Amino acid sequence: MIMAKPKKAEEIISRVKDFSRVLVAGCKGCVAICEAGGQKEVEVLASAMRIHFSQIGKRIEIDEVSLSRQCDKEYLQELADSIDSYDAVISLACGAGVQFLTEMYGEKPVFPGVDTCFIGVTEEQGVWSERCQACGNCMLGETGGICPITRCSKRMLNGPCGGSENGKCEISLLVGRDVACGWHLIYERLKKLGELERFRRPSEDKDWTASRDGGPRQIIRKDVRP
Amino acid sequence: MRLSYPTNLRIVKVPCTGRVAAIHLLRAIEKGADGVFIAGCMEGDCHYQEGNLRAKKRVTYIRGLLESIGVDRERVAMYNLSAGMGPRFAEIAQEMTDKIRQLGPLVKSTNAGKEVVA
Ligand code: SF4
Repeated sequence: MIMAKPKKAEEIISRVKDFSRVLVAGCKGCVAICEAGGQKEVEVLASAMRIHFSQIGKRIEIDEVSLSRQCDKEYLQELADSIDSYDAVISLACGAGVQFLTEMYGEKPVFPGVDTCFIGVTEEQGVWSERCQACGNCMLGETGGICPITRCSKRMLNGPCGGSENGKCEISLLVGRDVACGWHLIYERLKKLGELERFRRPSEDKDWTASRDGGPRQIIRKDVRP
Repeated sequence: MRLSYPTNLRIVKVPCTGRVAAIHLLRAIEKGADGVFIAGCMEGDCHYQEGNLRAKKRVTYIRGLLESIGVDRERVAMYNLSAGMGPRFAEIAQEMTDKIRQLGPLVKSTNAGKEVVA
């Protein structure tokens, strides 16, 4: 799922301090799972904002809502009747949700309440890690189910660089935590699968136009279109 | 024991301090309390293993959040004491009340010294 982390309350407050009615809109999708933008987080942020504004003697009304998703029009539609009564919206959805909300209600200033980070997994409670960069051309079938685009810091396609040491990527020093070398993981995994032969043939040229090199992407599927 | 403690204290009973979520601490303040403290069991003595440790984490989180929005972090606190420590409870209640009195009301127009304890 898409991982995000909450923005600092003071940053959000500074964006909306000059409005008089603000809606804090959460999303019950990915950002709720990673505890950044679900109903619970909406409640905490909205309450903290009310406390802040009442303490400094400012009258700003802050309402709360949590939509099933903000990346689908039918759920955003739920705001149609009420949105006009607000001067601004803080969306705790991922960047996609924030933008879709903006597109749908063009007149309304919308501010992000989270920093959208990556597509990843919940490793354990409170620990989320990146697993996919949505390159649009999945090669997991050739790499033992471990993504070199994501797990290798340099996105190498044919084995490790010279910086891999004891299974750790050289980036570890820079980021101050142990980062597994993606290609070390792939090697170990392919060894287990008895597929080390894979290393004898180079990967095919990767079509990066399916990734960000092709600009903003779109999928159009005739089979599911009405 | 007939111990006395400040009368401005409002006690909210919960089955375990692990039940106290971050929003409960904020709501108490939002609704007019000038300070909140959680009185949990001694660390290591939680009937549900780690309810009080969770409460402690939430208190730490809310203290940080309050500070970031310009509210004194001391308005929220966590204390640990056992059910048999009545005198200590009275002492904590007094200590917290004194601290909050010193900080003054959060919003200038509300009555000073309101407190909530969970
Ligand atoms: S050490 Fe491994 S993960 Fe790091 S850049 Fe080199 S090959 Fe990639």
